[in-house]
Amino acid sequence: MSALAVLCALLVVLPLILVFFHLLKMGFSSLNWNFFTKLPKPAGEEGGGMANAIVGTIELMGLALVMGVPIGILGGIYLSEYGSEKTNSWIRFGADVLNGVPSIVWGLVGYALAVMPMQGYSAFSGGLALAFIMIPMVLRTTEEVLVLVPNAYREAAMALGIPRWKITTNIILRTAFKGLVTGVLLSLGRVAGETAPILFTALGSSDWNHSLKEPIAALPIQIYYYAISPFEDQNRQAWAGALVLILLVFLLSASVRFISSRRGK
Amino acid sequence: MNPVITKKNFSMSDQAKPAATSSTVPPVPVPGSSVPASAKTAVPPSVAFDIQDLSIFYGKHQAIKNVTIKIPGSSVTAIIGPSGCGKSTALRALNRMHELTPGARHTGKILMKGEDLYGPGIDATVVRRRVGMVFQKSNPFPTLTIAENVLVGLRLNGVRDKALLNRRLEESLRHAALWDEVKDHLNRPGNSLSGGQQQRLCIARALAVRPEILLMDEPCSALDPIATAKVEELIHSLKSEYTVVIVTHNMQQAARVSENTAFFYMGSLIEFGPTEQIFMNPKNPQTEAYVSGRFG
Repeated sequence: MSALAVLCALLVVLPLILVFFHLLKMGFSSLNWNFFTKLPKPAGEEGGGMANAIVGTIELMGLALVMGVPIGILGGIYLSEYGSEKTNSWIRFGADVLNGVPSIVWGLVGYALAVMPMQGYSAFSGGLALAFIMIPMVLRTTEEVLVLVPNAYREAAMALGIPRWKITTNIILRTAFKGLVTGVLLSLGRVAGETAPILFTALGSSDWNHSLKEPIAALPIQIYYYAISPFEDQNRQAWAGALVLILLVFLLSASVRFISSRRGK
Repeated sequence: MNPVITKKNFSMSDQAKPAATSSTVPPVPVPGSSVPASAKTAVPPSVAFDIQDLSIFYGKHQAIKNVTIKIPGSSVTAIIGPSGCGKSTALRALNRMHELTPGARHTGKILMKGEDLYGPGIDATVVRRRVGMVFQKSNPFPTLTIAENVLVGLRLNGVRDKALLNRRLEESLRHAALWDEVKDHLNRPGNSLSGGQQQRLCIARALAVRPEILLMDEPCSALDPIATAKVEELIHSLKSEYTVVIVTHNMQQAARVSENTAFFYMGSLIEFGPTEQIFMNPKNPQTEAYVSGRFG
């Protein structure tokens, strides 16, 4: 029985290792200084890099964070501290449904809500589409973490005559802080690799992004365009981009584990 | 009736304190300095709580049945009774903590020093600053240091004066008989102390906001005998300045620390009187049966 369990565990881990090593093999040779610092060259020309895509991914994640995390956390606080059981079950159900919505749908929502009114693709609408994905995730993880804070602390704080909202911000959020950060980082990791939503909203670009109203390059989009391109140099760069992207997600996950394992605050 | 307990006239600063205090002798907190100046009590201050025909319901279940009792001030009153008799519920009604349970409601009146605790316009948060509570299981906030734990009630209510905060920190920890043990590591986390020390830390935390009345819900039930003895000593020392109401299932403890004892059974008040009389010469046969250990 245990041999079977070990076999299954290996079967699960094996594809991960195979993919990772394949990426490493195909992409590592194209990782050079130019890759990280230069802009893409026009089609057919050799050289260039994905600097704008790397920066763009980080920028889009930042935008999604700023737009999505406050709403998610405030919603989680409502569910945990203020909501009634009946409305809570509806909100949770809604969040779970939203968590399961295919990301391409969010891309279309972003298109309808931001790209069309703004008459153009933009970093803002890319961030918005990603924020839509983040909100239900952050909401659920926040609620789960806050509910774990023992009621004893709430009671002790109420018995001291501290106003309710101060108890929430100063005591409960503080106690659950590590869990909150973990939830945010996990949702960032999910959003970092999403391609479909930003395809219809941020569009991608071969230049640096200068304003929130302009299109912006991002690793997933760039990988997509380069992978289907007929030029070999671009194909190689696509592998390198994929490697960088997976390293980024890996970094986020590793920091989640690091934060969770540290004792105390 | 003009609600006297309002946010505006409640102040936690030392209104009557002298400007300079010697650092060798810990200053004794002046009891009158925490009562708002405009609280003109109609009832002599020797009655802390005047409870009139109080009944408490949790949904359909009646936990407290028509209790009428006058709890005297500046003394320790113990509430005893078997498990489930409503002692904790009665205690929590005194600082409006039972309202936190969904479905809780009450009938009857509770007057604290003449003021209706549940009157219209009375802010429960302010009530809880005047009536502090210590719980059965110590619950210092884990993300705060020892010093921050003691001062959290003051800080989160807007007190910023550093001199005042430091004074209160030392006074409260001395009052809780914890100062000597922690004065050199006030920056350690609140839950790095032993169980008995944590409970004394919670007492210091409750005392720091200078409540007029301290409610204690079985404070020693999770402690070993030595820690228990320390807490009981501490309750003795609080007697002169505070009114203490302590719920305990340990009759010997009630006999040791309190001047008056109330015996509850199945939600009703069976007997209330001086502790000696309750234990040596109870008037009610049920009381006699309980204190002599025939049931409990």
